[in-house]
Amino acid sequence: MTSAVVDGNLGARPGRAPLPWGRWGVRAVALSYLAVILIIPLLVIFQDGLREGLGELWRQVTLPVAWHALKLTLWTAALMTVINTVMGLVTAYVLVRYEFPGKSLLNSLIDLPLSIPTLVTGVMFVILYGPQQALGAWLKDNLGFQVIFAPPGIVLVLLFITFPFVVRTVQPVLLELDRIQEDAAATLGAGSWTIFRRIILPPLLLPVLSGGLLSFARAIGEFGSIVIVAGNIPLYSQTAAVYVLGEVESENRLGASAVSIVMIAIALSLVLLVDFLHRRSQRG
Amino acid sequence: MEIAEIPAAAVQTASRSFQSRMRDQRSNVWVRRGLIALVLLYVGGLILMPLIALVAGVIEAGVGQALQELSKPDVLSAFWLTLWISVLVVCVHAVFGTLVAWVLVRHRFPGRNLLNALIDMPFALSAVVVGYMLLLLFGRNGMLAPVLQALDIQVAFAVPGMVLATLFVTFPFMVRELVPVLENFGVQQEMAAATLGANGWQTFWRVTFPALRWGFIYGLSLTFARALGEFGAVLVIGGGVQGKTETATLYIFRALDDRQYAGAYSAALVLGLFSLLLVMGTDFLRRKEKV
Repeated sequence: MTSAVVDGNLGARPGRAPLPWGRWGVRAVALSYLAVILIIPLLVIFQDGLREGLGELWRQVTLPVAWHALKLTLWTAALMTVINTVMGLVTAYVLVRYEFPGKSLLNSLIDLPLSIPTLVTGVMFVILYGPQQALGAWLKDNLGFQVIFAPPGIVLVLLFITFPFVVRTVQPVLLELDRIQEDAAATLGAGSWTIFRRIILPPLLLPVLSGGLLSFARAIGEFGSIVIVAGNIPLYSQTAAVYVLGEVESENRLGASAVSIVMIAIALSLVLLVDFLHRRSQRG
Repeated sequence: MEIAEIPAAAVQTASRSFQSRMRDQRSNVWVRRGLIALVLLYVGGLILMPLIALVAGVIEAGVGQALQELSKPDVLSAFWLTLWISVLVVCVHAVFGTLVAWVLVRHRFPGRNLLNALIDMPFALSAVVVGYMLLLLFGRNGMLAPVLQALDIQVAFAVPGMVLATLFVTFPFMVRELVPVLENFGVQQEMAAATLGANGWQTFWRVTFPALRWGFIYGLSLTFARALGEFGAVLVIGGGVQGKTETATLYIFRALDDRQYAGAYSAALVLGLFSLLLVMGTDFLRRKEKV
C-alpha cells in the first residue's frame, strides 16, 4: 500500500521510469473494484435479457403495460426537465444578480433535495397533496385536479428531486461572466431583454443543457418517491421502474430484464452525452 | 496574461459605482421584483411546503404516539440495520472510492474516459434495476448460485446483498467529490515532498490527504446520506423481511401500506432530518473552515 501510493504519482511524471509493480497494483485493485461493483452486474442483465434473442426482447418491451410505463416515464421526465430548466435558470439568475432579504436561506434550500431520501420526499408530497388532506381535497373538488396517484404527482416529486441540478450547473458560470460586455451593450442602446438573449444566454447554453440532461437522467431512474405518490396503477400511473419491480416480484424474468435493458440503455446514453458536453465545455 | 488582468480588475473596481448606477437605471424594477417573487414562490411551494407538511403530519398524528411507534422493537431494529449498512458502506468507499478517484486522475490507460463516464451510471440507473441485477447474480436461480451454495453464503434476501446494492448506488459520490480536488491539487507538492526524502505513505498522509480532507469528508457525508435513504435496491435484493432485512426506508414503506401513519410519518421525519443535518452540517463546517 505504502509504496503503491507513491508509485502511483511518480508514474504520472513524464520522463521518469515508473516503478511498475506498485503502480500496476493500485490500478488493478481500483479497476477490479469498479468491475465487481459496477460493470459485472450491468453485463449480467444484458446476458439475461438477450437469452431469447432481440425479437423476444422487443416483444416484451412493446407489451401494452410495459410500453405505457416506459412512455409515462419518458414524458413525465421530459415535462419536468422543461419546467426545471426554465426555473433553474431563473433561480440561478436571481441568486447571482439580485440582493434581497432571505437570499442566503433560499440558497441553502436549493441543496435540500439532495440530502433528503427520495422515499421521504414521496411521503411529504402524499401528506401535502393526498386526497384525504386539506390541499389535495381542495384541488380535487374545486379544480378537478388530482395530484396523488396520478401523473401530476410524478412530475411534482421529480421537480423537487432534480431542482438543484440546473441551478448548481448554471450558477458558477453566471458568477464568472464579465459584466463589462453587458454594460457595453447597454451603452449601445440594447434593452435588458436583448442583453439577456444576446449576451448572457449564449455562454449559459451548455451548462443549462447539461443540467437539464442530468435532471432528465436522474428522473428516468427515480423510484422511491414515485412508488409512494403514483400508486402503481398499470396503464395509468405505473412508471418503468415500478413495472420492473412488479415483474421481478411475479418472477417474470424476461419482462423484467427487457425493460431493465431499455432503462440501462437510456441511462448509459445520457451519461455519455453529459460527459461529452462536460468535456466540450471544459475545452471551449 | 496575469499582467494584463491586474489593470483590468483595477479599472473594474474603480468604475463599479458608475456601472451600478447605470445598471439601476437600466434594469426594470418590476422585472426584478417579479423574478424574485417568482423564485421565492416556486421554492417555497415546491420545497418548503412539503417539508412543513411532513412536520405537520407528525404533529397531527400525535407526538406521543409517534414516539411510541418509534420505540417499537421492529422500528428500532430497522433503523439499526440502516445505520449498520450505511457505516459499512461509508468505510468501504472511504478506501476504495479514494483509490478509484486516484487512479482515474493520476493514471493514463486506454478506456479511462469511458470508465470516468461510467462512474455516473448509478446516478441515472433505477435502484430497482440495480437490485434486480444483483438478484440475477446472487439469487436462487442466479449465475453464482452454485458457488454460493457450495460456500454456504447467502447474499440475496440477506444483509450482504443489501450492502452490495448500497455500494453500487453510492458509488459516484466519493469519486465525484475527490476527482476535481485531486485534479486541482496537481503533483508538484508531492514531488517536492518525495525530493525531500518523504516515503510514499508520508507523502500521501502529510501532503496529499490534507489537501483532499474536505472533499473526502463531504464525500463521506453524501455517501452516508445516500446510503441511509436507499430504498429500491434494498427492497428488491433484501425482500424487506420484517426484523431480518427491513431497513428504515422499508419500514416506512410497509407502515404506509398498513396505514400506520403515525409510525410512517415520524420515521420519515427522523430519517429525513438526520440526513439533512448530516449533509448541511458538513457543508457548513467546510465553508466555515474555508472562510
